[in-house]
Amino acid sequence: MNIEQKAQNIRKSIIEAGHACGVKGGHFGGSLSMADLMAVLFGKVIHLNPENVTQMVRDRFILSKGHCAQALYATLYEYGFITHEQLLSFNANGSDFPSHCVKKTEFGIDLSSGSLGLGLSFALGQALGYKQSNIYVMAGNGELNEGSFWEAAMFAGHKNICSVCLIVDDNQMQLDGLSQDIMPVDDWAQKLKAFHWEVVEIDGHNFEDIETALSRERNKPLAIIAHTVKGKGVSFMEGNPEWHHHVLNDEQYALAMSELE
Amino acid sequence: MMYDMQTVQHFSRISSRGVFGLALTDIEQNMPDLRVVVADVMGSARLKEFAEKAPEKFVNVGIAEQNMIGISAGLASTGKTVFATTFAPFATMRPFEMLRTQLGYMNLNVKVVGLMSGLAGGVVGNTHYGLEDLAITRVIPNMTVLSPADGVETYKTICVAASMKGPCYIRLSGTNGATPVYKEDYDFQIGKGIVLREGTDVAIVATGSMVSEALRASRALAKENISTTIVDMHTIKPLDTKLLQALFAKHRLIVTIEEHFALGGLGSAVAEYKSCFENMPPQLIIGIPDVFEKAGDYAYMLSQCGLTAPQIVAKIIEAYKNLRGGGRES
Repeated sequence: MNIEQKAQNIRKSIIEAGHACGVKGGHFGGSLSMADLMAVLFGKVIHLNPENVTQMVRDRFILSKGHCAQALYATLYEYGFITHEQLLSFNANGSDFPSHCVKKTEFGIDLSSGSLGLGLSFALGQALGYKQSNIYVMAGNGELNEGSFWEAAMFAGHKNICSVCLIVDDNQMQLDGLSQDIMPVDDWAQKLKAFHWEVVEIDGHNFEDIETALSRERNKPLAIIAHTVKGKGVSFMEGNPEWHHHVLNDEQYALAMSELE
Repeated sequence: MMYDMQTVQHFSRISSRGVFGLALTDIEQNMPDLRVVVADVMGSARLKEFAEKAPEKFVNVGIAEQNMIGISAGLASTGKTVFATTFAPFATMRPFEMLRTQLGYMNLNVKVVGLMSGLAGGVVGNTHYGLEDLAITRVIPNMTVLSPADGVETYKTICVAASMKGPCYIRLSGTNGATPVYKEDYDFQIGKGIVLREGTDVAIVATGSMVSEALRASRALAKENISTTIVDMHTIKPLDTKLLQALFAKHRLIVTIEEHFALGGLGSAVAEYKSCFENMPPQLIIGIPDVFEKAGDYAYMLSQCGLTAPQIVAKIIEAYKNLRGGGRES
């Protein structure tokens, strides 16, 4: 199966899980925007699989934008870490797969997240604790508003922690709407470069660009700013801030799934 | 460690935070997985020697407490035993959410050490006082909360904390020159309060720097014919409820003393537990009043907050006399 198909499957699982939980709803927009990045990372780059997931010798994935756990679960299902039943327990009462992910190393979830701006610090600690692994952190553009993110960014540059790769899913939106209207973090590339990071900007829906960026040899901590479309792949969700978190009804579910075929 | 008189005096001279750095430096060579993360307090925590001896085990994140806890959590997730430290208010309030979400929620093996807690900051003022650290750390599930009474107990606390699993907050109070409570070795176990003196009328349960004040108060109270049991409650969570039950059964008045807001700390923890039962003795909670006092040196602040031994004695005498039927046989 090619990587494009994997990405579509991840999108379908995001929709399926978000629909299965009914009126509890899901974070569709930000989950769909990162689906292509997740497909390439898990399919082609990261040394993390159901066999090595509990071992010390492995790469690590840190979901800093924890509200998009739906995309992580969909990816973990696609790559065999969790079952379909587990995927569909998304947001069920007492589930191991709630709206914001909870640490479960055996499923490939290393960080309990949901509160934003905490993933990079945690990843840097992992990098210091186990130097032989690559650690990929998926952050959202909105969470770069958090001061804690910049504390971590400063530290990574100062200590030149090359094993950490930060991916920013830059869908240009946040909870209240467009980031440019709320709190734009203008020109992150320059800001991160000033903190001694290497920065590359890519189209977050171009599979070749994603793989090239993720596979890049690193002499500095690397930030990949991936320009993406919130809700990518489902016409009525694309670029629509309402779908940051929303309930998906049966009709919309059918339409979304048909568009992803 | 030999706790001879020379050591006890040395511990008193360097204060609890100095003992903390010393203890970590001593145990470092037997702990390959030990890591120490500081937020620009290497000197204050007496960790310079540690950093020189074991640079690979030492991380200074600068003045960035949120990042300190995040990095500590990440380190712990790779199997390391991590001590993270800065001054108590900055170790607990600035990164409170990280303590709760990254240490408590994920149950990670990080020991957060709050230096110079209580009023020990003296003239540096309220920004640097640790007035609410017990209150905010003890509400976090999985978190063990420790508050050693003096240098010897600080040393023992650090060693025991290093060998336990799970998140822990260690509150270091008192200043250099503090009166030692312990002058020889003794059995220290997390969750087991220590009865330092046995009496019949009033049980005084103290923690941290206030244990030595409680002992002083006890001697003065004896002259007033009030017999006191003195307990060093070095563990705030899990609370030693077995010992508390024994104290409740044998005494007419329970007194808690802490160099912490009277709200939310040891006194509250004891009262919460006691409230579950009928016919319990009343409790006098002695702690820092619910105001921000104007700053002064440590002795001045203790006096302003009513935490000197004579002030404690006066409060206990008054409370004891006001018991139903007056004090014992009076």
